[in-house]
Amino acid sequence: MRGRYTPLLILLGLVVGIQLATAVTGTAYFLTQLTMTAYYTLVVVGLCILMGYAGQISLGHAGFFAIGGYTSAYLTTLNLASGTHPSAVALLMRCGLIVPGHNLYGAELARLHPGVAFLAAVALTAGIAVIIVIPVLRLKGHYLAMATLGFGLIVYRVVLGTAGLGAADGLSDVPAFTLGAGITVTGGAGFRVVNYYVAWCLVSLGALLVLNLMQSRAGRALAAIHGNEAAAQAMGIDTAAYKLRLFVFSAILAAAAGALLTHYTGGIGPSEAGVMKSVRYVAIVAVGGMANLWGTIVASAILNFLSLRGYFGIYDDAVFGGILVFMMLFAPQGLMARETFAGLIAWVRRKGGE
Amino acid sequence: MTSELLVQYLLSGITIGSVYAIVAIGFNIIYNATGIINFAQGEFVMLGGMIAVSCMPFMPLCLAVSCAVVVTALIGVLLYVCFFRWLKSPSVLRLIIITIGISILIREAALMIWGEQVRSLPYFSGNEISSIRIFGAYISPQVLWILGVVGIMVLLLNLFFAFTRMGRAMRACSANPTAATLCGINSQGMVAIAFMLSAAIGALAGCVMSPMTQTQYDSGTPLAVKGFTVAILGGLGNSTAAAAAGLLLGVVEALAVSILPVAYKDVIAIGLLLVVLAIRPTGLFTSRQAGTLKEF
Amino acid sequence: MSPLLQVRQLNRRFGGLQAVKNVCFDVRRHQIKAVIGPNGAGKTTLFNLIAGSLPADEGEVLFDGRSISNWPAHRVAGAGIARTFQNIKLFGNLTVLENVMVGCHIRARAGMLAGMFRAPHTRAEEARIRTRACELLDLLGIADLADRPAGALAFGQQRAVEFARALGLDPSLLLLDEPAAGLNIHETAQLGEIIRKIRALQITILLVEHDMSLVMDISDEIVVLSFGEKIAEGRPAEIQRHPDVIRVYLGDDHA
Repeated sequence: MRGRYTPLLILLGLVVGIQLATAVTGTAYFLTQLTMTAYYTLVVVGLCILMGYAGQISLGHAGFFAIGGYTSAYLTTLNLASGTHPSAVALLMRCGLIVPGHNLYGAELARLHPGVAFLAAVALTAGIAVIIVIPVLRLKGHYLAMATLGFGLIVYRVVLGTAGLGAADGLSDVPAFTLGAGITVTGGAGFRVVNYYVAWCLVSLGALLVLNLMQSRAGRALAAIHGNEAAAQAMGIDTAAYKLRLFVFSAILAAAAGALLTHYTGGIGPSEAGVMKSVRYVAIVAVGGMANLWGTIVASAILNFLSLRGYFGIYDDAVFGGILVFMMLFAPQGLMARETFAGLIAWVRRKGGE
Repeated sequence: MTSELLVQYLLSGITIGSVYAIVAIGFNIIYNATGIINFAQGEFVMLGGMIAVSCMPFMPLCLAVSCAVVVTALIGVLLYVCFFRWLKSPSVLRLIIITIGISILIREAALMIWGEQVRSLPYFSGNEISSIRIFGAYISPQVLWILGVVGIMVLLLNLFFAFTRMGRAMRACSANPTAATLCGINSQGMVAIAFMLSAAIGALAGCVMSPMTQTQYDSGTPLAVKGFTVAILGGLGNSTAAAAAGLLLGVVEALAVSILPVAYKDVIAIGLLLVVLAIRPTGLFTSRQAGTLKEF
Repeated sequence: MSPLLQVRQLNRRFGGLQAVKNVCFDVRRHQIKAVIGPNGAGKTTLFNLIAGSLPADEGEVLFDGRSISNWPAHRVAGAGIARTFQNIKLFGNLTVLENVMVGCHIRARAGMLAGMFRAPHTRAEEARIRTRACELLDLLGIADLADRPAGALAFGQQRAVEFARALGLDPSLLLLDEPAAGLNIHETAQLGEIIRKIRALQITILLVEHDMSLVMDISDEIVVLSFGEKIAEGRPAEIQRHPDVIRVYLGDDHA
């Protein structure tokens, strides 16, 4: 069944092709937005399978993204040098878990290694996801949507209102994240190409995991839950556990994306947790088609890139809101779905006959 | 806390709580008629205030308010006709996403028409500094207007649904649309009226609270969240419970501000929503079995 | 040997309606037992109580000596009780073969992580599941439908797929909820054969059914419910002559 990986290879081919194209045409600055697009795409990879396969509405996924980003930012900008346990700090520094540094004024800094912060960010998000989701799993429809919306709103309010997290200004001066072998996640023209590949490789990795999952026993169970939950339970599938695991998986992807994007752009602000961001993710999944992984990736790449380049101007939010309404009214299966084409053809035929 | 301060908090809590109650009742009217939760409900409140403010230069206050209510009610009906009437058995997921999208579009349109400026209607009687003394606390006369208008609306709604032919027809539709149609009731007409009513009461509430809370293009969204919280608290579809729950939330918020930092004020409502959803999603005042979700 | 299934004083009400009232009966191993009764007698509710889709208000259900009362549905399935549904609940978004493979879900262990990373043991497991699913399709004579989407089948074929899927659990007890609904005489007779074949596999069967010819033909014992209560239990011949049963079905003049 090699055929299932073909789209992945096509994706990788496109990634390389686009990078070479920008190098040749001297438009390498596009890579910055393309890298950010990749991280936002990682979020919708998880959301797509959650909404399409498990049928779980999440209007608060930006909350997970923000928790990942803020945790990373906070832990890597927290200065432990002036703390109360210098010996502990020195020990951890020798283990490499804390990195020394200097700030602009030459003062000593001791901050957590970004790798440690990353793991903490992902773990924290996963933990919060579990706490949030367990009571929410039994909820249906409107209730579930509102619970996730409420979660996103709380995250937004907390980061906006907490001085320690930068309040309205967010956190900045987030250091670079060196992954080893000369690969560093950070902004700056010199690192553009490397970061572009890092980001899209991560998206490909996420897609790979999802592809494997869909073909596995667990993926079949998820499809069964989506098809008919009562019957799935009668087959011995613990539907609540599966939904929970899928939710946590999608939250982890969002958190990882948030953490890495924060290192890339050097900072994070409360708007990343906002409702509009969550709506944006849902809109993209709607356009791509729920459970349609490749459609969603394509839709995300295009829409996020255009938005980041500013093509939507001041109508940015309105565009995504409009997309959402349009898609849900006329093409709920996504733009690239069979049903949409069939409907379109039928509509054209009807018009032709008049 | 002195008793005057307590009364002050209580009154301010009841005031804002009554607005939450009206938004929740608006949710319930549409939910009862169609099973849809209209996330754009908060925008009706915002539109009411904004349209009235725009009409003010051309006409006296009461005409401006009436104008705003009528226009918003028409927008409500338009929403139904354009977006919902022709959908064939849509899934809940689809409906939710549509209403969220609509609320965003309305908000962005408001931004384009009215900009980011904060606006407000003039005080219905007196002005910003007039105050009346009640039980030792000083409140603006607008508070009495808000409580009065909301109270009358709730009363009229109850009378409408209980005693008028149309009201009973709407209740029939909400209980069983097919049976209602078989009895000769125009279900679609009833749903249109539900949207119209919801939008109208939201707009009126928006007008009456505008002098005190000001109106801005994005003041609708937080109201929708709180209104939904209140509706859930009371039990979706149960408007009397929603009224009680609204007052409760308003008072809790007002009292909590004296303890928590102001930035976290909204967290209370949302936190309460999550707790209720986790423990008793069918609401405080409804039995578990009565709380099964309706279909569209 | 103790009975495979023991239902003790089972009670369930919905608001003011007592759907199941103090129902008690046993199902012995390798038996085919039928539950009959007029519409509204509480038969499907009884099934849902046993299978775990509905919690009981009072009473208990013992399976192989263990109490399974108020166990969630998936746990009951894992214990060895499979069921079919009155209105067939196939997974329309999957193929026939995949539907049956889902039936075999609990016979394997690979979880989400193992699936994502294609852990080595998953290959052998998947192969085993696939083989077993094919065997079951053969058993029910629908092997040629393997790759068709389950939602696109004719009614009789859907029933067969549901059977194959339920058998995938390797159950000791099979609950059949109105398996003959919508089938014609010929298909009903075939159904009787299939049920006998399943019993020959050492599987105990409890079925709810309205089709009296089928019930009288294949059942070893019959339980009769009316308005949620058990009014008779015994062999088919006894039940046919039982005055209470006749009254409940045909009215007082015939008793």
